[in-house]
Amino acid sequence: MRAFTYSRAEAVTHAAEQTRDGARLIAGGTNLLDLMKLEIERPDELVDINRLELGTIDEQDGGLRIGALVTNSACAADERIRRDYPVLARAILAGATFQLRNKATTGGNLCQRTRCYYFYNRDQPCNKREPGSGCSALGGFNRIHAILGASESCIATYPGDMAVALAALDAKVEIAAVDGSIRSVPVRAFHRLPGDTPERDNVLEPGEVITAVVLPSPAGGAQLYRKVRDRASYAFALVSIACVLGMEDGRISHASLAFGGLAHKPWHDERVDALLLGREPSDALFDEAADVLLADARGYGANDFKIPMTKRVLKAVLREATGENA
Amino acid sequence: MPLTINGTDHDFTGDPRTTLLDFLREDCGLTGTKKGCDHGQCGACTVLVNGQRINSCLTLAVMHEGDEVTTIEDFGTAEELHPLQAAFVRHDGYQCGYCTPGQICSAKAMLDEAASGWASFVSEDLSAPGRLTPEEIRERMSGNLCRCGAYSNIVDAITEVLEAGR
Repeated sequence: MRAFTYSRAEAVTHAAEQTRDGARLIAGGTNLLDLMKLEIERPDELVDINRLELGTIDEQDGGLRIGALVTNSACAADERIRRDYPVLARAILAGATFQLRNKATTGGNLCQRTRCYYFYNRDQPCNKREPGSGCSALGGFNRIHAILGASESCIATYPGDMAVALAALDAKVEIAAVDGSIRSVPVRAFHRLPGDTPERDNVLEPGEVITAVVLPSPAGGAQLYRKVRDRASYAFALVSIACVLGMEDGRISHASLAFGGLAHKPWHDERVDALLLGREPSDALFDEAADVLLADARGYGANDFKIPMTKRVLKAVLREATGENA
Repeated sequence: MPLTINGTDHDFTGDPRTTLLDFLREDCGLTGTKKGCDHGQCGACTVLVNGQRINSCLTLAVMHEGDEVTTIEDFGTAEELHPLQAAFVRHDGYQCGYCTPGQICSAKAMLDEAASGWASFVSEDLSAPGRLTPEEIRERMSGNLCRCGAYSNIVDAITEVLEAGR
């Protein structure tokens, strides 16, 4: 690990100033320290934000405001989350291990970096790690890589589970700036597609700090998180789906779906939600939804299987959520 | 910078790069906690901080001012084993023993989490996870690898302590 100076932030605006001047913030540290040991992350200054008062879940406008420092464990254990936002609790519990979730925070989890093998391997080109060096995954091992929204610069995926549920729930990220002002960014717009600047994972700017994630009032209905991975526990998603779906008089009255493991961001396609709305559930409808979702999907060899797999998992999730062929 | 380890006051003054794991092993002489992968994947370095289990390799010592750290050294003596240690011996819950300190710290925290009603990925009912079945124990212990593959005996050992505690 490269040497760095260590300090503690006394206030959110202080932390924001530090990031403006190039420092990295550390909260749980489970991803950042791993990357620092590998010298993929090489901050000169590390600012510990754990003493900031961002560690509570509070009721706000009929929903919940989850402080950026609330741990994944505390979030999944919160009674209100388990009762009113089960898709979020399920998604968090599908990720990592109890040890990691006890440290990992809500803000840090949003900012976790890809697990692309080449991003982690400093001996090979990677545009996300070294802009302009090339993408080794395009013609290399790409079993875990993106099938939607990728570019010639980068086919990495966003690896998390929590943010996929937050995208389905249409949560907002609360971000503070140096001057104390706050902006609110939908989770669906927080992570970026790679384009020709894959080194930028999300829209957070220097001089900004995530202070909370805000959930809207509970949507009710069926809430499911289905994750397909290479082993039963402690593995990243090949494909995951967060589903929030309501039924009324035999028709779908509300549908919100988000997908993990498919893209550089939690994938949300409003055309899929719109297609399902007001329709009677049927296998033909679910086929149609999958075809819309995957119309522009592209495999890169080893990840070709993700296209038919996503279709099957989506149909299974919709069957379960609507009670069709249950 | 003060912190408490196994009830004893300690002072950390080292390089900020020092992980909690390296501080415990190299500076405090507490070598019961093991370094396996050093990347949070194997769980050999599991310790309790303020009662919660964490990977001590993925946290900096300097971040733990005022915290209470508990390591395997606090779990019993050779003459008087902690119930989990005794159960691991009785059920042959190890072969080489390298992962065992982490397994035992993790199991202790897992029993406390379950007593607090925490659910896991395999819990049918998020609000009432119910008793710890072998399937639950396996999921909740998935952060602790055992290269010798003593998993079924580890599950038996934990189950025995669980049953004795009710």
